[in-house]
Amino acid sequence: MTDIILRAINLTKRYKNRLAVDHLNIEVRQGEIFGFLGPNGAGKSTTIRMILRLIFPTGGDVEIFGASLKEAGHRALANVGAVVEKPAFYGHLSAMRNMEILGGLQKPVGRRRIMEYLERVGLAERAFDPVKTYSHGMNQRLGLALILLKEPPLIILDEPTTGLDPQGMKEVRELILELSRERGVTVLLSSHLLYEVEMIATRMAIIHHGRLRVGGSVHDLLKQGPSEVLIKTDRPAEALQFLKTIDTYSSARIQVDGGSINIELDQERIPELNRQLVSAGFNVGALVPQRTLETYFLNLIEGREGADNP
Amino acid sequence: MIRLIWFELIKTFTRWRTYIGFIAFGIIVPLVVTGLKLGGQDSFKRHLFSLLQNDFIIGGNVLNGWFFGFFFMGALWVHVPVVLTIVAGDQIAGEGNAGTFRFLLTHSVSRTRIITAKFIVTLIYTAVMVLFIGGLTIGLSLCAFGGGDLLVVRKGILVIQEARLPYLFLLAYGLATLSMFVVSSLCFLFSAFTDNPIGPIIATMAVIIVSIIIISLPFDLFQAVRPYLFVNYFDAWQKVFDDPVPWDIISMNIAILAGFMITFFLAAVVYFSRKDILS
Repeated sequence: MTDIILRAINLTKRYKNRLAVDHLNIEVRQGEIFGFLGPNGAGKSTTIRMILRLIFPTGGDVEIFGASLKEAGHRALANVGAVVEKPAFYGHLSAMRNMEILGGLQKPVGRRRIMEYLERVGLAERAFDPVKTYSHGMNQRLGLALILLKEPPLIILDEPTTGLDPQGMKEVRELILELSRERGVTVLLSSHLLYEVEMIATRMAIIHHGRLRVGGSVHDLLKQGPSEVLIKTDRPAEALQFLKTIDTYSSARIQVDGGSINIELDQERIPELNRQLVSAGFNVGALVPQRTLETYFLNLIEGREGADNP
Repeated sequence: MIRLIWFELIKTFTRWRTYIGFIAFGIIVPLVVTGLKLGGQDSFKRHLFSLLQNDFIIGGNVLNGWFFGFFFMGALWVHVPVVLTIVAGDQIAGEGNAGTFRFLLTHSVSRTRIITAKFIVTLIYTAVMVLFIGGLTIGLSLCAFGGGDLLVVRKGILVIQEARLPYLFLLAYGLATLSMFVVSSLCFLFSAFTDNPIGPIIATMAVIIVSIIIISLPFDLFQAVRPYLFVNYFDAWQKVFDDPVPWDIISMNIAILAGFMITFFLAAVVYFSRKDILS
């Protein structure tokens, strides 16, 4: 029995002469938080819309819990909850009424249960106000309440923290982690906030120009290739000259950035760098690995990193 | 399915735009009835008498409530489509425009069922609107001008006894409702093509106006296409006031109008079932 609950197989979407998604293959495993990354126009939203049957693929298929979207149609989405881009509701209706309608399409839901979920996202006091009076952040929270109401084992979130204040963003991240850890919910998370994916995702895929550039565990991907290390020392200019005299670093990218030095270096070599600087009489205040998903992501889409097979 | 229809009813009948037509006709009809009561009735009388007084002796209450109810029906059916399209055009395009399809269609409910529920509610709205106008015009006219036999000036002069009139008007409004169903269905189809609710309103009215122009002009070419235009069958309701009532023609008109309605609906279902939701 496989633990893959969502699989895109050669998923392709062509709009006339433009190939929006090109033979995309991704797999999302049960219980994981899967980060789906790419710059604007990379094909993330098109992919998510194809998975949710809002857009019909030109080629390929999607399997959700083993059911082919092509064959099962809307029935394949029975166990999926999703918020796609900016949540939109019936503005003239209250949050309660919106939840009754959108949450009750498959089976009726009681008001008490709806209120529980509205309380959970902090909207209980505004439950009977027209949604058109809500802020963008409140709409986002209402969208989350709606998918929680369905209690699906697979949640697809497209930019879920957009428009939220820092506290709201933190709450959403915590909610996603809680759903994953405590309820075993699988989450496919698309986000332009790369650090968000780095903070909560277990695996990720990056697409660019509609093609999968890399896929794998966040931890493994971050370890790939050289990373940067930030050096804080009392004499940065002299330290820079010193490092350039050492063969190991002579070909590495080194630059002074304010009062510190950035050097391209594998993280495993940080202790050796520290020893060399201290032996040469420099006072080393900090050696901070700088390789983040953002660096990796930017390097990848700018063509400075090689793509892996997913 | 009933729950989906109920949800669509809530969405439709809690929007103020749904009541624009009710408000408009709720103001216009009483104003016209008041105008007729305060003197406008005389111009009708002069016109009617100039047509008939050489051949007939006219007695009794000819310009009664039924007469004006009949007059309103003939005058308003061109205007009713405008208010119907406000709601019908919004049924699918409005959801696309608002982005609510992103939630509505990602639940495990077929697009066909959602579209069917929306279509049924569009028909319910259409029927309610037509019957509201019918009830208002006849009710106010009877209150203002009283009852009596109906004088119909169509293919000659026909006097219909008052006892038969409630039944005939009910039948006429049933046929008028069917005609308006076709208008709403066409607007509903246009609504499936776009995410802008204004587009279907303009497109539907353009089709109706062009069609009316075509069937009005006596050119051979235009007369040849006339049977293929649904507005050609809009006057089916008037035929119930003929003597004898041409049931065969009325039945044929009902079948043709129903055919247009079903075709427009099925086209909307087929198109929307494969439509990419990009909004």
